[in-house]
Amino acid sequence: MAKPLKCDLCDESATVHLTQIVNNQIHKIDLCESCAEQKGITDPNGYSLADLLVKPGQEAEEPLEVTAGGLVCDECGYTQREFKKTGRLGCESCYATFANLLSPALAGMHKGERHKGKVPARAVERKTYEDRLNSLEGDLQLAIEEEHYEDAARVRDEILDLKKSTKPEESE
Amino acid sequence: MLIKSIFGGKSEMTEASSKKCPVVLMTRIRLARNLSDTPFPGWAKAPQRKGVLETCLPAVASLTQMKRGITAEVEELSDLEKQILVERHLISRELSGSPEKAGVVISKDQSVSVMINEEDHLRIQVIKSGYRFKQAWNSVNGIDSSLEDELDYAFSSQIGFLTACPTNVGTGMRASAMMHLPALVISSQMEKVVRAVNQLGIAVRGLFGEGSDASGSIFQISNQTTLGESEQEIIKRLSSVLRTIIDQEMNAREKILEKDPNKLFDKIGRAYGILQNSHLLTSSECMNLASLVRFGVDLEMFPEKTRNIVDRMFIECQPGHIQHHAGKAIDSNERDAFRSQYLRNQFESIDKPVFTIQED
Ligand SMILES: [Zn+2]
Ligand SMILES: [Zn+2]
Repeated sequence: MAKPLKCDLCDESATVHLTQIVNNQIHKIDLCESCAEQKGITDPNGYSLADLLVKPGQEAEEPLEVTAGGLVCDECGYTQREFKKTGRLGCESCYATFANLLSPALAGMHKGERHKGKVPARAVERKTYEDRLNSLEGDLQLAIEEEHYEDAARVRDEILDLKKSTKPEESE
Repeated sequence: MLIKSIFGGKSEMTEASSKKCPVVLMTRIRLARNLSDTPFPGWAKAPQRKGVLETCLPAVASLTQMKRGITAEVEELSDLEKQILVERHLISRELSGSPEKAGVVISKDQSVSVMINEEDHLRIQVIKSGYRFKQAWNSVNGIDSSLEDELDYAFSSQIGFLTACPTNVGTGMRASAMMHLPALVISSQMEKVVRAVNQLGIAVRGLFGEGSDASGSIFQISNQTTLGESEQEIIKRLSSVLRTIIDQEMNAREKILEKDPNKLFDKIGRAYGILQNSHLLTSSECMNLASLVRFGVDLEMFPEKTRNIVDRMFIECQPGHIQHHAGKAIDSNERDAFRSQYLRNQFESIDKPVFTIQED
C-alpha cells in the first residue's frame, strides 16, 4: 500500500484532499476525517451552499468594503458579508432580512420553497395570538386618531379579552 | 462517573441488527430546533448562550425519556469522555469542541441524545439499531412535541423550523441509515452508487473515512434536502433509495460468490487469521477486518454470536474506547498493541470459518 498523506493539522492519515484557489494562488490542504469534520469540510451540504451563494469569480473581484451597502439584520446585527462567508444566519429574523438572497438559494438546495412538514402547535398558537393582537392594536390606534371613541373602547375591550383568554401560558 | 454509566448499559450501537436485515446497522433521525427571540448559537453572545443552556438543559433533562439519563455541560467533560461520546455518535465533533455553555443530555439506554448550543440551540437525536425509521421517527417526534410544550421554537409557516444553516430549514430533519456494504466495495461499485444516489438528493459518506475508500465498508446514507417535503415524504424517499442499495449489495454478494468465491474466502480467512494472531492493529485495519468477518457471519461462515463481537469492534476499537479499556492515556503504537491483544482474546474461542455456502 502506498504511504498515505498525513493530515496538515494532526498526524492521522489524510483522507480529505482539497484544492482552493485564493488570490490566484493554489492552496492544497490534506486533512484527516476528524479534522475535516471539525472544520466543517466533510459536510456536503455546507459546500453546495457556498457554491450557490457565491458564484465563481464573483468573490475575488468584490472589494471587501462592498458590505457598506450590504444588508444588516436589525434584530441581531448579522451582516450580508458574514452570511456570504459562513453560509449561516445569525438569528430567526435574518431569514426575513436576507430573504432576497436566500430565496434562490433555498430553491436550489431543497425540493421546494414551502414547508410541508410538522407544525409546532405552540409556536402557531403564539403567532396567531400575536397577529391578532397586532391587528387589534392597529385598529385601536386608528380609532383614536380618527376620534371614534366608541370603537376605540370596543377594541380595547376586545384586546383585554384576548389577553385574558388566549394568551399562551407562560411556562414556569 | 459519566464513562462508567456509558459503558454500563447496552447501546443501540453495539447491539446492532438481526439477521433479518444484515445490511442496515442502525437508523438515526435528528431534528434541528431553535428558540424564538435568541440568536443562533454561533452568533449569540456569551450571556445568551448561557441563557439558552439554562432554559434547555432542565427542560430536556426532565423529559420522561431522559429518566436516569446523563446530563452534562461540555466544559465538565474530560477530553477522553468527549472522544468516547463522539465515537458512540452521542455528541458531534462540533459540540465536543464547543467553547462554552454547550451541553448534552443522553437517555439511559443511549438511544436518545439532545445537544444544546451546537450549530442550533437544540439537536434532538434518536438512534435505533437495525432498519427502523418508523420507530425512530415516532420517538424523536414525541420528544420534540414534549419539548415544544416547554420551549418557544423559532418557526415560520412559510419555511418551517428556522435553523442556523439554511440547508436544514423546513423540517430540520436529517434521517440516516448506517449501511454495511462490503460487496459493493469489493466489486468497486461504490463510486457508481454514490453518484446515482447523490442525484436523488441523498448523501453518502463513509463512516470511518471518506467516499469509496471508507474503511469498514460502512456508509451513512442521509437526506440532503429538508424543505418542500413532509418528514414522512423525506423518509419514504430515503427508504426507497436504501432498499435499492440493499438490493444492489445483495446482487453484488451473489455475483462474487458465483464468479470468484476463492477471492472472498481468502479475504475472510485471512481476516480471521489476523484477528487471532496479530500483535499490532490500527483502528482502520481493524474496521476492515471487522467488516470481512461480519460479511462472513451473513454468509453463515461464522456462528451468529460472532456478529455481536464484530459490531462492538466498530465502536470499541476506536482510539478513545481503547484508551478507556487500557485504563490510561497511551500513544498510538501502544493502542495498536492493546487493540490486537483485545481482539486475540475475543477471537480465541471463535471457530474457524466454514468455507461452504449454504443455500437458503
Ligand atoms: Zn487531523
Ligand atoms: Zn438576525
